[in-house]
Amino acid sequence: MITWIRRNLFRSITDSILTVVSASILGYVIFQVFQFVFITGRWEIIQVNLKILLVGRFPEELMYLVGFSILATCFSIASLASGMNRPIDKPPTLAGKLWELFQRFGLIIATSAFLIVLAGDLDAVLFGAYVVLSIFAGRLFGRARRTTPLKRLPGWLWVAINVTLPLVLIFLTMGQAALEEWGGFLINFYLAVVSIALSFPLGVMLALGRRSTLPLVRWLSTAYIELLRGAPLFVLLLLAGVALEFFIPASIAPDAIFRAVTVFTLFTAAYLAEVIRGGLQSIPKGQAEAGKALGLSTFKITFLITLPQALRNVIPAQIGQFISLFKDTTLAGVALSVLDLLNVGTAITKQDDYLGQGLIYESLAFVGLLFWVGSYVMSRESQRIEKKLGVGIR
Amino acid sequence: MSPQLSTPSKVPFFRDIRTLKWALQILALLAVFALFYWLYGNYQENVAKSSIQTDLRFLDNPANFTIPGNDLDQSQPVRDAFVEGFLNTLRVAFIGIALATILGTLIGIARLSKNFMVRTLGTVYVELVRNLPLLLLLTFMNLAVVLQAFPRIENAWLPLDLFVVSNRGIAIPWFIGSPAQLGIGILSAALLAFVVAKVRIRQADKSGKQDRAWLVGIVTFVVLVIVIWLLFGYGWELPYVDGRGTTGGLRLDPSFFALVASLVIYTSSHIAEIVRGSILAVSKGQGEAADAIALSGSQKMRLIILPQAFRIAMPALGNQYLNLIKNSSLGATISYFELTQIAQITVGNGSPAVPAFSLTLLVYLAISLVTSLVVNFFNRRLALVER
Repeated sequence: MITWIRRNLFRSITDSILTVVSASILGYVIFQVFQFVFITGRWEIIQVNLKILLVGRFPEELMYLVGFSILATCFSIASLASGMNRPIDKPPTLAGKLWELFQRFGLIIATSAFLIVLAGDLDAVLFGAYVVLSIFAGRLFGRARRTTPLKRLPGWLWVAINVTLPLVLIFLTMGQAALEEWGGFLINFYLAVVSIALSFPLGVMLALGRRSTLPLVRWLSTAYIELLRGAPLFVLLLLAGVALEFFIPASIAPDAIFRAVTVFTLFTAAYLAEVIRGGLQSIPKGQAEAGKALGLSTFKITFLITLPQALRNVIPAQIGQFISLFKDTTLAGVALSVLDLLNVGTAITKQDDYLGQGLIYESLAFVGLLFWVGSYVMSRESQRIEKKLGVGIR
Repeated sequence: MSPQLSTPSKVPFFRDIRTLKWALQILALLAVFALFYWLYGNYQENVAKSSIQTDLRFLDNPANFTIPGNDLDQSQPVRDAFVEGFLNTLRVAFIGIALATILGTLIGIARLSKNFMVRTLGTVYVELVRNLPLLLLLTFMNLAVVLQAFPRIENAWLPLDLFVVSNRGIAIPWFIGSPAQLGIGILSAALLAFVVAKVRIRQADKSGKQDRAWLVGIVTFVVLVIVIWLLFGYGWELPYVDGRGTTGGLRLDPSFFALVASLVIYTSSHIAEIVRGSILAVSKGQGEAADAIALSGSQKMRLIILPQAFRIAMPALGNQYLNLIKNSSLGATISYFELTQIAQITVGNGSPAVPAFSLTLLVYLAISLVTSLVVNFFNRRLALVER
């Protein structure tokens, strides 16, 4: 212990000074945060507005749809995750397993518990229980894939079933309620999921196009990717906000969500294409040549040999793209006046009860917490997957 | 019996790979053309219905708005406002990139420190900032820090009596005199100092003696600047509170401060990760070799590790610079008068939206292209010359 302190904190005089300075900065910040969270913070503004922050003025009688799509998403993620290969370094004991679980999802669990306490009613507790149940059901379903006759299901069908289920529910939910009733964190979440789902096929096509041997296809894909990557997302959203109706038939009246999804999809596809192109470049030439030697067509070589490996290799980068899209959904709030979480967060401080009381810290802290936990857990998971895939280690 | 060689029958043209390739490309081109034709047709039809302008004539109309802290007149054409916005964007980009690089490099190094406390501080900073939306940071800086935590002008903070910090902005000491003259002076001083340093390096290379060439260069630069300063009789001017505002010095808009601060904080957390990764990617033997010839910690970092790390980091850094420039468009959300905000205002004042925003996009595209050209140039200069 003493040796550790001497080694890591007080190697030399400069080192000691650095230790003292950074320790005091860290201590000050921790003290301030602690004081703010537990003593000076006035959290009733969050408690009162919790529903608006999370789902906006979404109609009460349609909330079950939201609930179902969240449950379905949890189910699918759990089932897909348990269908993957076991981790190499499997913790042997129950305590080890629990510790791993805590490390991975402790933050999510704590945040959910915090939200349930804030909501403070029985429905929230019940919903939490349902979420846990659906995760267990998903795990069982995923395990059944390896032990029961489901084994014979082709892999793509398995993934397709798991991906379609929540997406169908999400699209269904989006169509149900009127736009002005949408709001809060729900909008950020849905915008991110829907846009990434739509941009994925486009991104794959663009990536293949950019590596195509046909010069015209290559130029067109490259031009699209570079144009979109050179443009700020915010200006694109503004442009879509005033100009999208000029480019589509007058019969489709675009609402703000439609505009946002269009821009996010087109924009993310360009970035996703670059990520996937990186994956394609990482596949050794021998793979495609082996395919040719077997007499496979170019189409089959791409979709059965190179593309699956490429996509697997860049899963972490794809998750990174998803994280930045998730964070960028806040731009839809300011550019298109969508009532997203950040917009609601600043708006509630202007309510009559709270106006001019300086509650912006509380509301922005809450908004930041939700975004931070989401992004942080996703990035941790992507690092874990990266390790498990062993990309770059072999 | 001689084996009958089958003469290869001629491949029909519709299975000929060359024809297929061309057919595919023409098909792709046609599809794209069809898409554009459809979009353009819709555009023409919708525009005819709503009778709006589609060209850039609006640039000659009077702007009808003023930019705070700028002598742009209301009657000046929109074009001048766009130029002013463009300059403001460049201002944010330059200062932001410089500060973010310095802060990011420091934090990236801190994250690899042997000192536990320093390492923890770096990790907390990066993990905290990287996972927050930039817009949240910007809103926080604007609403919570500048507009709420900063004091009113009556009881402004006066750190060291050099600065005036209030919710009307930050005033810093500034020189008196013509900026162009001083700029040229500093530039020529820098050039001269660079030449001196180069000559010293060449001599040191020849003689094999150790020579602190860069130190000499920096000293030359500082001395030259001081000489120019005294020669032309420049002076400092300190800002002070003057009733409802500040006089003297250079006043930075609150929105400018909020924008630059949040861009620097956000981008530096990404740059820190790039720097950290690049330092780790420098092969271990390099550091060990530096230890073996008994270089000090800072020498090892400065002379051996960082130059090689920056070679690796350059492309990723360039991407971050581009991101920062594009993200500066968020200044429009806090009424900082950069390009996007100007476009938004002119559109609000009746300029046609599609041409105005398209023009804005093109300008950003041009900035991005120039930046990536510069980055690529440095990248080639830094790249390892191999056989």
